[in-house]
Amino acid sequence: MDLYEYQAKELFTAHGVPAPAGRVVSTAADAVTAAEQLGLPVMVKAQVKTGGRGKAGGVKFCKTLEDVQTHAGNILGLDIKGHVTRRVLVTPASDIAEEYYVSYLLDRSNRTYLAMATREGGMEIEELAVERPEALARIPVDAVDGVDAAKAAEIVEAGRFPDEVKDQVAQILVDLWKVFTAEDATLVEVNPLVRTPQGQVLALDGKVSLDDNADFRHPDHEGFVDNAAENELELRAKERNLNYVKLDGQVGIIGNGAGLVMSTLDVVAYAGEKHGGVKPANFLDIGGGASAEVMANGLDIILSDPDVKSVFVNVFGGITACDAVANGIVKALEILESGVGGGHTEKPLVVRLDGNNVEEGRRILTEANHPLVTLADTMDEGADKAAELAAP
Amino acid sequence: MAIYLTKDSKVIVQGITGGEGTKHTALMLKAGTQVVGGVNARKAGTTVTHTDAAGAQVQLPVFGTVAEAIAETGATVSIVFVPPAFAKDAVVEAIDAGIELLVVITEGIPVQDSAEFWSYNQHKGGRTRIIGPNCPGIITPGESLVGITPATITGKGPVGLVSKSGTLTYQMMYELRDLGFSTAIGIGGDPVIGTTHIDALEAFEADPETKAIVMIGEIGGDAEERAAAYISEHVTKPVVGYVAGFTAPEGKTMGHAGAIVSGSAGTAQAKKEALEAAGVKVGKTPSETARLLREVLPA
Repeated sequence: MDLYEYQAKELFTAHGVPAPAGRVVSTAADAVTAAEQLGLPVMVKAQVKTGGRGKAGGVKFCKTLEDVQTHAGNILGLDIKGHVTRRVLVTPASDIAEEYYVSYLLDRSNRTYLAMATREGGMEIEELAVERPEALARIPVDAVDGVDAAKAAEIVEAGRFPDEVKDQVAQILVDLWKVFTAEDATLVEVNPLVRTPQGQVLALDGKVSLDDNADFRHPDHEGFVDNAAENELELRAKERNLNYVKLDGQVGIIGNGAGLVMSTLDVVAYAGEKHGGVKPANFLDIGGGASAEVMANGLDIILSDPDVKSVFVNVFGGITACDAVANGIVKALEILESGVGGGHTEKPLVVRLDGNNVEEGRRILTEANHPLVTLADTMDEGADKAAELAAP
Repeated sequence: MAIYLTKDSKVIVQGITGGEGTKHTALMLKAGTQVVGGVNARKAGTTVTHTDAAGAQVQLPVFGTVAEAIAETGATVSIVFVPPAFAKDAVVEAIDAGIELLVVITEGIPVQDSAEFWSYNQHKGGRTRIIGPNCPGIITPGESLVGITPATITGKGPVGLVSKSGTLTYQMMYELRDLGFSTAIGIGGDPVIGTTHIDALEAFEADPETKAIVMIGEIGGDAEERAAAYISEHVTKPVVGYVAGFTAPEGKTMGHAGAIVSGSAGTAQAKKEALEAAGVKVGKTPSETARLLREVLPA
């Protein structure tokens, strides 16, 4: 889960990384009140989970309360790369003498962590990494050894930080490592880390991504979830413990196993090229089990998606044999037709089963002879049929 | 021959008394695996009853620790079925006990735990070969299964398979069931994994039974690109590839924790291009990939 800037800063503060105080508000009037309490001048910053806020007009410097009223009013509701701004962060405007950059992230290739640091902050770090890679220090951090004072000093040296801030930045690196490990983050980034004219070093903006797999040991992270920003179908799927991602096509997809489902999306997209460019409408992995209940839940979500014109059920029977999957599909259709979830079963289903006990699975579906169900022998054939049925 | 796992490998199960552990211990025994015992500290001294491949009843001892299990049984392989919250401790315990091959099936392990046990293993000299986590494990058909791959799909043969995905492994084994496999390894879909595509390619290249290799990848990270570079330098046997996730949107995790396109990094297109540049034929679909394998397989 990616956090909003204000949430990232809450974690920074909790672990001793200095960040300016701020208030998160959702109306211009509340922004004015916050500015009064914090003292002028302030920055008003759109809280959206995407970069390029400044360029999109989502970050404004405000000298007066009138400025706050105007800018907060303009920013609230602003669409930044498809993210609608529903909240702004009001925070005291800091004078900036210099801008730096520090981050920790997972380095998948080397199966370790990476510290990145440079005294040349403020710009897009991806640009700096391409244009002047020598200016961006990349220091591996061992997962067992972590970042202590000595490691922090090494990162500070490599990032060529000015002498007067070395100690402060090193301390921030130690504390930021605590954010990274204690919160189970996969990314913590401070850009910019600034020096004020008074010589104080502050995290002016922050980005944190948390590892969803670690949620079980962070019940408090539940509070960071912003359901209002989630897709409604994805939310409903999540409530039912389904692994679902909404996409923008017309062919609903159900499969078992992440790899097979991703592959199914691709095969449907290829097949769709011949049928008016139809595309997969979603990713849905129902896992190895494929029980009737999970199948019914999955079908219910997919069939209630108004974009869906046809559904492709693509299952490889492994440990769960195809006859069990076929029975699951037949039962799922019965459950849905009985009215659970609104009874939207007028959309055609193409089913491809392969693997363990496939003959029995196909026999069960053939005998059930459901008017909406078509059987396909192969994945490619099933994808083609489903795409054809969804064609405009 | 095969890679990493043969009929002589003695295997213990960490989490042998749990639901998944019980179910798959039975299936592994049926597939011919020499399961010699298991570990559960709270049930040490008890036994579990199963049926072996010949249909005979076997009593498997449950030990308190991996070290004890190794000392008593001579096991060199362990498979981990313990829940995510306890997986790191189980892996560290197995590393400390000096297990040679460790297959971690558990899905949903925090990535920091995986990074930590990977680093811990390196600190210990890298004695333990870790496969996974979040993987279907390894099967040498006709000899041994340490994992959850259905052993009934196909038998022994000339194809070596390495894959990030479980069900795509099964699908590919099914497509090529008339040929059979030397060994099939699911390396897992997490961001941090033990055995990589490159490790498996190196082992298949050295295995005389393996005549051709299928490599299955998916979006996220750069493992496929690195494997492509390795293939052009070190692999003489024919390799065909498949990459899943061309239609995956940027920034969305597609089921596997590691399956995510971040910005322009980790796309299926980039992986396909890297593999093709290394001379690897890449199929558009699993069935086309199977066809390509038949074309390149030496007669």
